[in-house]
Amino acid sequence: MHDTVRKPILAVGPFHPLQEEMEFFQLTIDGEKVTDIDVRLSYNHRGIEKISESLQFDQVPYLVSRICGICSASHPLAYVQAVEELAGIKPPERALYVRTIINELERIHSHLLWAGLAGHFIGYDTVFMWAWKYREPVLDLLEEITGNRNNYGTVRVGGCREDVPNETIPKILKELDLIEKKTEMLTKAVLDDPVLHARLKGVGILKKEDAIKYAVTGPTARGSGIAIDVRRDDPYAAYADLDWKVITQPEGDVFAKAVVRLLETFESIKIVREALKKLPDGPVAVEVKEIPPGEAVGHAEAPRGETFHYVRSDGGNRPVRHKIRAPSYVNVPSFKASCIGQDIADVTITLAAVDPCYSCTERLAVVDRHGSITHGGEALLKLSREKTQRIKKDIGAQELKLEDF
Amino acid sequence: MRDAYCDDNRCEIMNQEELNNKLLEIKDKLTGIERKSDKRIYLLCEVENSYAVNKFLFEDVGCRFVIATGIDSDNCFEVLYHYSYDETGCVITIKAFIRDRQKPAIQSLTPFLPAAEWIEREIHDVLGIDFKNHPNLRRLILADDWPAGVYPLRKDLS
Repeated sequence: MHDTVRKPILAVGPFHPLQEEMEFFQLTIDGEKVTDIDVRLSYNHRGIEKISESLQFDQVPYLVSRICGICSASHPLAYVQAVEELAGIKPPERALYVRTIINELERIHSHLLWAGLAGHFIGYDTVFMWAWKYREPVLDLLEEITGNRNNYGTVRVGGCREDVPNETIPKILKELDLIEKKTEMLTKAVLDDPVLHARLKGVGILKKEDAIKYAVTGPTARGSGIAIDVRRDDPYAAYADLDWKVITQPEGDVFAKAVVRLLETFESIKIVREALKKLPDGPVAVEVKEIPPGEAVGHAEAPRGETFHYVRSDGGNRPVRHKIRAPSYVNVPSFKASCIGQDIADVTITLAAVDPCYSCTERLAVVDRHGSITHGGEALLKLSREKTQRIKKDIGAQELKLEDF
Repeated sequence: MRDAYCDDNRCEIMNQEELNNKLLEIKDKLTGIERKSDKRIYLLCEVENSYAVNKFLFEDVGCRFVIATGIDSDNCFEVLYHYSYDETGCVITIKAFIRDRQKPAIQSLTPFLPAAEWIEREIHDVLGIDFKNHPNLRRLILADDWPAGVYPLRKDLS
């Protein structure tokens, strides 16, 4: 059947230069409202699952840490947990704590990264500046511990490649106090801001039943009132020994997801602090000889949700099948539920709210029915920011300035 | 208290033992149950029962769909559906065997489980397994100019 009237398509993508992966969103629009969304991806498919079959078991962690720079601790962790389960290897206590520390530092910097970008998209560049400024010391800490700001390469089958040296602990604790204070200030400023309430509440709602149908994970699920977290549900590393809580918000809108991430940052700080205090002595790795034939799954809670690895071995020194599922793979399709019925001006932030390793918003473009571009990415970002400005004006809010703090 | 996935009366919250018993309800459709550990269960079935077993896990047990894995095994194709029962942290994997190597096909889960849409399209791309009743079995990860009938994850691809 041919449509007699073709609805205009809003094309977001396909090349997202700031994002880790290239994605192409085609939004069908009716006036200001989005009526349908189609996602195309894999413009930059790297065939990591296939490459993994050609690498030895102990080489794969370095490959999978490159799936995503920001989640470069969670992917290798999920993988080594699968292999350790397959081979019945138990890493030493201290290694479990080191893994916890690295993964929580990763979560802190990832959540702050998100908060900054989210602020940027709605025209709150002050939030962007703050969040990224306070994220910097976390990256410095990671660099000091692992040698790298990202792609840490610390985890290996049987433990960790490197230790957290005892002499760095006082410095990390001191830095954490500072990061906590600054994040507290940032969180307060964000959560108490009437403009942000008006701008983000009720926007891009992912209802609980949709969240279940789309099987979303991480802050996207927790922001829709689903209290799941691999760290608690199927404890790994040292999470079962530590005192922390799962943050949930029932509303399912962008604001709820922001609250979840900001509050989780504090939980992460708490976890790192406690893990450092309880850090047991001893080696950080055991020797691994052979990986027997068999299959196993490993999963870990990455900043964006559950990352899942399935590994099958035939008794050789390479996996015969290695399946990887990153959290965005299930979080991104939920746009179908959260974007439809939204204003175009809200799409930028709704797409950003699941933190899909985004960045590409610069490449937003509106295409009219003849396929020519009428609206550039800049224009769409402008739409989003103008909406914030309108709300500010209506409320009569003061512009927050960096110098105030 | 675990108020996670099933607190909307979709199904009751079970402990691990109750979950184990619940899984026996679908025993007739399975060819085997493997327990690698308390929290890792594999349900083996033939292709014709895969739909019913999946529907049971998602709707009656209340598991969260994680992902599916397609594997080109020696004499058959395997589609592994991974689920998580978050209340106990148990990962349940349904292993469906497709014996027909010439025209591999399996029932699509997407009509009741939208979360499966992408991965079914992906497995269709890389292994050439047909997902029957899939509402939108377009290419997902292969390029538009990739030749038809060439499946990158098949072992016989030279």
